[in-house]
Amino acid sequence: MLDQDAAIPLRADLQEHLRECEHCEITLNTTRKTIQIYRSHELYELPDDLRERLHNAILAKCRNC
Amino acid sequence: MAAYEKLVKQYDRQVFRIANHIVQNREDAEDVVQDAFLKAYQKLDQFQGNSKFYTWLVRIAVNEALMRLRKRRTGRMVSIDEDVETEEGSMPRDLADWSPDPEAMYGQSEMGDILRKTIQGLPPGFRVVFVLRDVEGLSTEETAETLGLSIPAVKSRLLRARLQLRERLSRYFKRGQGRQAQAQVGAK
Repeated sequence: MLDQDAAIPLRADLQEHLRECEHCEITLNTTRKTIQIYRSHELYELPDDLRERLHNAILAKCRNC
Repeated sequence: MAAYEKLVKQYDRQVFRIANHIVQNREDAEDVVQDAFLKAYQKLDQFQGNSKFYTWLVRIAVNEALMRLRKRRTGRMVSIDEDVETEEGSMPRDLADWSPDPEAMYGQSEMGDILRKTIQGLPPGFRVVFVLRDVEGLSTEETAETLGLSIPAVKSRLLRARLQLRERLSRYFKRGQGRQAQAQVGAK
Protein backbone atom coordinates (compact mmCIF):
# COMPACT_ATOMS: atom_id res chain seq x y z
CA MET A 1 0.00 0.00 0.00
CA LEU A 2 2.81 2.38 0.94
CA ASP A 3 4.82 1.73 -2.21
CA GLN A 4 1.88 1.50 -4.62
CA ASP A 5 3.05 -1.88 -5.84
CA ALA A 6 0.29 -4.12 -4.53
CA ALA A 7 -1.62 -5.94 -7.25
CA ILE A 8 -5.09 -4.51 -7.85
CA PRO A 9 -7.09 -7.41 -6.32
CA LEU A 10 -4.85 -7.36 -3.24
CA ARG A 11 -5.15 -3.58 -2.97
CA ALA A 12 -8.95 -3.87 -3.06
CA ASP A 13 -8.88 -6.49 -0.29
CA LEU A 14 -6.56 -4.36 1.79
CA GLN A 15 -8.67 -1.25 1.37
CA GLU A 16 -11.74 -3.21 2.41
CA HIS A 17 -9.93 -4.43 5.51
CA LEU A 18 -8.74 -0.93 6.37
CA ARG A 19 -12.30 0.34 6.27
CA GLU A 20 -13.14 -2.04 9.08
CA CYS A 21 -9.94 -2.27 11.10
CA GLU A 22 -8.97 0.84 13.02
CA HIS A 23 -5.72 -0.71 14.25
CA CYS A 24 -4.45 -1.45 10.77
CA GLU A 25 -5.53 1.95 9.52
CA ILE A 26 -3.63 3.67 12.34
CA THR A 27 -0.57 1.51 11.69
CA LEU A 28 -0.65 2.34 7.97
CA ASN A 29 -1.16 6.07 8.51
CA THR A 30 1.50 6.42 11.19
CA THR A 31 3.96 4.40 9.11
CA ARG A 32 3.25 6.68 6.15
CA LYS A 33 3.88 9.69 8.41
CA THR A 34 7.13 8.14 9.63
CA ILE A 35 8.45 7.95 6.08
CA GLN A 36 7.23 11.43 5.22
CA ILE A 37 8.86 12.96 8.31
CA TYR A 38 12.22 11.37 7.62
CA ARG A 39 12.06 12.42 3.97
CA SER A 40 11.35 16.01 4.87
CA HIS A 41 13.96 16.49 7.60
CA GLU A 42 17.60 17.07 6.77
CA LEU A 43 19.30 15.23 9.63
CA TYR A 44 22.87 15.62 8.44
CA GLU A 45 23.41 18.95 6.78
CA LEU A 46 26.62 19.70 4.96
CA PRO A 47 27.59 23.25 6.01
CA ASP A 48 28.97 25.45 3.23
CA ASP A 49 32.43 25.83 4.75
CA LEU A 50 32.81 22.06 5.20
CA ARG A 51 31.41 21.49 1.73
CA GLU A 52 34.03 23.74 0.20
CA ARG A 53 36.80 22.11 2.21
CA LEU A 54 35.68 18.66 1.10
CA HIS A 55 35.49 19.73 -2.53
CA ASN A 56 39.00 21.12 -2.45
CA ALA A 57 40.34 18.00 -0.77
CA ILE A 58 38.56 15.67 -3.23
CA LEU A 59 39.73 17.54 -6.31
CA ALA A 60 43.29 17.79 -4.99
CA LYS A 61 43.41 14.02 -4.41
CA CYS A 62 41.90 13.34 -7.84
CA ARG A 63 44.51 15.52 -9.53
CA ASN A 64 47.30 13.66 -7.73
CA CYS A 65 46.14 10.18 -8.62
CA MET B 1 38.21 17.29 -14.15
CA ALA B 2 35.69 20.10 -14.60
CA ALA B 3 33.04 17.55 -15.50
CA TYR B 4 33.87 15.46 -12.44
CA GLU B 5 33.73 18.54 -10.27
CA LYS B 6 30.13 19.01 -11.42
CA LEU B 7 29.33 15.46 -10.35
CA VAL B 8 30.90 16.08 -6.94
CA LYS B 9 28.78 19.20 -6.47
CA GLN B 10 25.67 17.37 -7.62
CA TYR B 11 25.96 14.43 -5.23
CA ASP B 12 28.09 15.52 -2.29
CA ARG B 13 25.16 16.26 0.04
CA GLN B 14 23.53 12.90 -0.57
CA VAL B 15 26.78 10.99 -0.10
CA PHE B 16 27.50 12.92 3.10
CA ARG B 17 24.02 12.08 4.44
CA ILE B 18 24.32 8.40 3.62
CA ALA B 19 27.81 8.22 5.12
CA ASN B 20 26.59 9.86 8.33
CA HIS B 21 23.70 7.45 8.65
CA ILE B 22 26.08 4.49 8.44
CA VAL B 23 29.11 5.63 10.41
CA GLN B 24 27.19 7.95 12.80
CA ASN B 25 30.24 10.11 13.21
CA ARG B 26 30.90 13.34 11.34
CA GLU B 27 34.66 13.04 11.05
CA ASP B 28 34.39 9.53 9.64
CA ALA B 29 31.62 10.68 7.30
CA GLU B 30 33.92 13.37 5.89
CA ASP B 31 36.59 10.76 5.22
CA VAL B 32 34.03 8.47 3.60
CA VAL B 33 32.90 11.26 1.27
CA GLN B 34 36.45 11.99 0.19
CA ASP B 35 37.38 8.34 -0.24
CA ALA B 36 34.19 7.55 -2.14
CA PHE B 37 34.59 10.36 -4.66
CA LEU B 38 38.28 9.58 -5.09
CA LYS B 39 37.61 5.89 -5.66
CA ALA B 40 34.81 6.72 -8.12
CA TYR B 41 37.18 9.00 -10.02
CA GLN B 42 39.84 6.30 -10.14
CA LYS B 43 37.33 3.75 -11.40
CA LEU B 44 35.51 5.97 -13.89
CA ASP B 45 36.74 3.85 -16.76
CA GLN B 46 35.04 0.85 -15.12
CA PHE B 47 31.65 2.54 -14.97
CA GLN B 48 29.81 0.88 -17.78
CA GLY B 49 26.62 2.90 -17.72
CA ASN B 50 24.43 -0.12 -17.02
CA SER B 51 23.24 1.56 -13.83
CA LYS B 52 22.85 5.22 -12.97
CA PHE B 53 26.05 6.96 -11.99
CA TYR B 54 24.43 7.98 -8.69
CA THR B 55 23.59 4.36 -7.80
CA TRP B 56 27.12 3.30 -8.65
CA LEU B 57 28.57 6.12 -6.55
CA VAL B 58 26.30 5.27 -3.61
CA ARG B 59 27.47 1.65 -3.74
CA ILE B 60 31.07 2.83 -3.47
CA ALA B 61 30.17 5.17 -0.60
CA VAL B 62 28.26 2.47 1.32
CA ASN B 63 31.21 0.10 1.02
CA GLU B 64 33.63 2.79 2.18
CA ALA B 65 31.38 3.58 5.14
CA LEU B 66 31.11 -0.06 6.18
CA MET B 67 34.88 -0.50 5.90
CA ARG B 68 35.36 2.52 8.11
CA LEU B 69 32.98 1.09 10.68
CA ARG B 70 34.99 -2.14 10.67
CA LYS B 71 38.26 -0.27 11.18
CA ARG B 72 36.76 1.62 14.10
CA ARG B 73 35.51 -1.50 15.80
CA THR B 74 38.84 -3.28 15.52
CA GLY B 75 38.63 -7.00 15.74
CA ARG B 76 34.87 -6.98 15.42
CA MET B 77 33.20 -7.78 12.17
CA VAL B 78 30.66 -5.19 11.19
CA SER B 79 28.11 -6.08 8.64
CA ILE B 80 24.78 -4.89 7.44
CA ASP B 81 23.47 -8.26 8.49
CA GLU B 82 23.90 -7.56 12.19
CA ASP B 83 20.80 -7.89 14.31
CA VAL B 84 18.44 -8.32 11.38
CA GLU B 85 17.05 -11.45 13.00
CA THR B 86 15.54 -9.38 15.80
CA GLU B 87 11.83 -9.73 16.18
CA GLU B 88 11.46 -6.12 17.28
CA GLY B 89 8.99 -4.29 15.13
CA SER B 90 7.61 -7.43 13.53
CA MET B 91 4.19 -6.77 15.00
CA PRO B 92 3.04 -3.24 15.77
CA ARG B 93 2.52 -2.97 19.51
CA ASP B 94 1.83 0.70 20.02
CA LEU B 95 -1.48 1.29 18.31
CA ALA B 96 -2.19 4.76 19.61
CA ASP B 97 -2.85 7.29 16.88
CA TRP B 98 -0.53 10.19 16.44
CA SER B 99 -1.20 13.88 16.69
CA PRO B 100 -2.44 15.16 13.32
CA ASP B 101 0.67 17.35 13.03
CA PRO B 102 3.60 15.63 14.76
CA GLU B 103 6.08 18.21 13.45
CA ALA B 104 4.31 20.99 15.32
CA MET B 105 4.83 19.22 18.63
CA TYR B 106 8.52 19.98 18.94
CA GLY B 107 10.97 22.69 17.96
CA GLN B 108 13.13 22.04 14.92
CA SER B 109 16.26 21.28 16.90
CA GLU B 110 14.43 18.97 19.27
CA MET B 111 12.76 17.24 16.35
CA GLY B 112 16.12 16.66 14.70
CA ASP B 113 17.43 15.11 17.92
CA ILE B 114 14.41 12.82 18.20
CA LEU B 115 14.69 11.65 14.60
CA ARG B 116 18.46 11.14 14.76
CA LYS B 117 18.31 9.24 18.03
CA THR B 118 15.49 7.06 16.77
CA ILE B 119 17.08 6.09 13.46
CA GLN B 120 20.46 5.54 15.10
CA GLY B 121 18.78 2.90 17.27
CA LEU B 122 17.95 0.75 14.24
CA PRO B 123 20.23 -2.20 13.44
CA PRO B 124 22.62 -1.16 10.63
CA GLY B 125 21.03 -3.60 8.18
CA PHE B 126 17.62 -2.01 8.57
CA ARG B 127 18.89 1.55 8.83
CA VAL B 128 20.83 1.50 5.57
CA VAL B 129 17.90 0.00 3.63
CA PHE B 130 15.50 2.61 5.02
CA VAL B 131 17.91 5.45 4.26
CA LEU B 132 18.59 4.35 0.69
CA ARG B 133 15.02 3.44 -0.15
CA ASP B 134 12.81 5.88 1.75
CA VAL B 135 15.09 8.86 2.38
CA GLU B 136 17.32 8.88 -0.70
CA GLY B 137 14.67 7.53 -3.04
CA LEU B 138 16.54 4.62 -4.62
CA SER B 139 14.26 1.97 -6.07
CA THR B 140 14.02 -1.48 -4.51
CA GLU B 141 16.14 -2.86 -7.34
CA GLU B 142 18.80 -0.14 -6.95
CA THR B 143 18.89 -0.66 -3.18
CA ALA B 144 19.28 -4.43 -3.66
CA GLU B 145 22.09 -3.91 -6.18
CA THR B 146 23.86 -1.38 -3.95
CA LEU B 147 23.80 -3.62 -0.90
CA GLY B 148 24.22 -6.99 -2.58
CA LEU B 149 20.85 -8.16 -1.24
CA SER B 150 17.97 -9.92 -2.92
CA ILE B 151 14.84 -7.92 -3.61
CA PRO B 152 12.80 -9.93 -1.04
CA ALA B 153 15.51 -9.21 1.55
CA VAL B 154 15.31 -5.48 0.82
CA LYS B 155 11.53 -5.53 1.10
CA SER B 156 11.62 -7.49 4.35
CA ARG B 157 14.23 -5.23 5.95
CA LEU B 158 12.45 -2.10 4.74
CA LEU B 159 9.18 -3.20 6.28
CA ARG B 160 10.86 -4.03 9.58
CA ALA B 161 12.76 -0.71 9.57
CA ARG B 162 9.59 1.27 8.92
CA LEU B 163 7.66 -0.53 11.65
CA GLN B 164 10.47 -0.19 14.20
CA LEU B 165 10.85 3.51 13.50
CA ARG B 166 7.10 3.99 13.72
CA GLU B 167 6.98 2.13 17.01
CA ARG B 168 9.80 4.18 18.53
CA LEU B 169 8.47 7.49 17.28
CA SER B 170 5.03 6.75 18.71
CA ARG B 171 6.17 7.64 22.20
CA TYR B 172 6.93 11.16 20.97
CA PHE B 173 4.09 11.71 18.51
CA LYS B 174 1.12 10.14 20.26
CA ARG B 175 -1.75 12.52 20.83
CA GLY B 176 -1.18 14.28 24.11
CA GLN B 177 2.62 14.23 23.93
CA GLY B 178 5.06 17.04 23.30
CA ARG B 179 4.79 20.78 23.73
CA GLN B 180 1.13 20.94 22.83
CA ALA B 181 0.29 18.69 25.76
CA GLN B 182 2.52 20.67 28.10
CA ALA B 183 0.92 23.93 26.96
CA GLN B 184 -2.54 22.51 27.57
CA VAL B 185 -1.58 21.31 31.03
CA GLY B 186 -0.05 24.73 31.80
CA ALA B 187 -3.21 26.52 30.63
CA LYS B 188 -5.26 24.52 33.09
